[in-house]
Amino acid sequence: MFADFDVGVIARSWLYLFQVGMAFTLQLTVLAMMGGVVLGTLLVLARLSGFAPLALAAGAYVNLVRAVPLVLVIFWFYFLVPYVAAWLIGAQEPVKVGTFWSALITFTLFQAAYYCEIMRGGIQAIPRGQVLAAQALGLRYWQVMGRVVLPQALRNMLPVLLTQTIVLFQDVSLVYVLSVPDFVGAASKIAQRDGRLVEMYTFVAAVYFILCCTLSWLARHLLRQVC
Amino acid sequence: MDYHWHWAIFGELSPDGVRPYWQTLADGLGWTLATALAGWVMALALGFAIGALRTLPSPWLRRLGTAYVELFRNIPLLVQMFLWYFVVPEVLPVALGERVKAMPNAPFVTAVVCLGFFTSARVAVQVTAGIEALAGGQRLAALALGLDLRQTYRHVLLPLALRIIMPPLTSEFLNIIKNSSVALTIGLVELTASARAMQEFSFQVFEAFAAATVIYVLLNLLVTAAMHRLEHRLALPGTLGGR
Repeated sequence: MFADFDVGVIARSWLYLFQVGMAFTLQLTVLAMMGGVVLGTLLVLARLSGFAPLALAAGAYVNLVRAVPLVLVIFWFYFLVPYVAAWLIGAQEPVKVGTFWSALITFTLFQAAYYCEIMRGGIQAIPRGQVLAAQALGLRYWQVMGRVVLPQALRNMLPVLLTQTIVLFQDVSLVYVLSVPDFVGAASKIAQRDGRLVEMYTFVAAVYFILCCTLSWLARHLLRQVC
Repeated sequence: MDYHWHWAIFGELSPDGVRPYWQTLADGLGWTLATALAGWVMALALGFAIGALRTLPSPWLRRLGTAYVELFRNIPLLVQMFLWYFVVPEVLPVALGERVKAMPNAPFVTAVVCLGFFTSARVAVQVTAGIEALAGGQRLAALALGLDLRQTYRHVLLPLALRIIMPPLTSEFLNIIKNSSVALTIGLVELTASARAMQEFSFQVFEAFAAATVIYVLLNLLVTAAMHRLEHRLALPGTLGGR
């Protein structure tokens, strides 16, 4: 039971857990979110463009990524990125990319596919008349998208985008499979070193629970002001 | 940059000395399906119960249902997996904990329980939304006909809600198949883990992962097609999806 629950191991290690583990998790989350939004926007523009090969390619990419588990995607890119990097710079040997960059590329590409679908939903909810009116006013494609469609679509999709970002924050824990010291990885290292699995994993769960609840509360608060 | 492609690897003997690699992957697929299906049954049962709880008149029961949903939605699946596998057996009474740890298929059972609870919270959200989407008149009409609350849910609200939420349930089912891969962290050799094992023993990284990817995509298409037919048959007449 909880009789020999050792708070000491948490007191000893929480600074390491946050400074190393949580810092890694947050960096990866924020960078992957930004990369994912940019790439996702490009993807959705490609998907909704009138140019069929581009739309098909973007659609195929999005559906492929969404059909495969994140763990498998993480493994794929962990092995694939060094080869692609070598091919890009013309090196003979696979390039050592490092787990942080490998993970960042993975989450950016993975997240972009999910953001793309959310944005597609937001954009397709815009009445066609908006686009026609903008075109009738003589706006160009980028002006129609940038000034008329996307600002309105953003309001439609913001709630889901924020939820998806909290999901990303949770999903980042899966880099554990690459033995990276993210928040879970760091905790697991200490748990195994000190034989204190119950304490560490309970602590990790509590921290995630509090953080995610706070984030969803903040998101709801933000939405009430924006929408 | 030269990767040595060797597609014939699937026919070659795996290190267990008995079966070829393609059978390693097939076994993995079997565990993926078994875990996802068993977890799905649990998720549906719990999810409908909790989802209905969140629409009952009593505010305390509603709060209980919401607390359940928040608990399972705000902790990463990987951490939940660790909680069920490493923490729960220690927190149980000693005798029971020892029995749990000595189970022959501990990773499988743990994965099913974990995915079942995790997915049930998501199903519950959909069920609540489905019941709330029904015009309030359905509930009132059922009660006016003399059905009690239990009968109202059993014969009117839940069957109608199920038919409304078929599309989101389809994506949750696809999710539980994909999420079962997280169980490789507690030692379940499902499809992703078997691809990983094949890669480690044979060094044929991309063949192994490509095969697993193709299997996941086919599984996805199959489930989508089957659920699409079911959705079409169950769609409420008079709605946009119905006939």
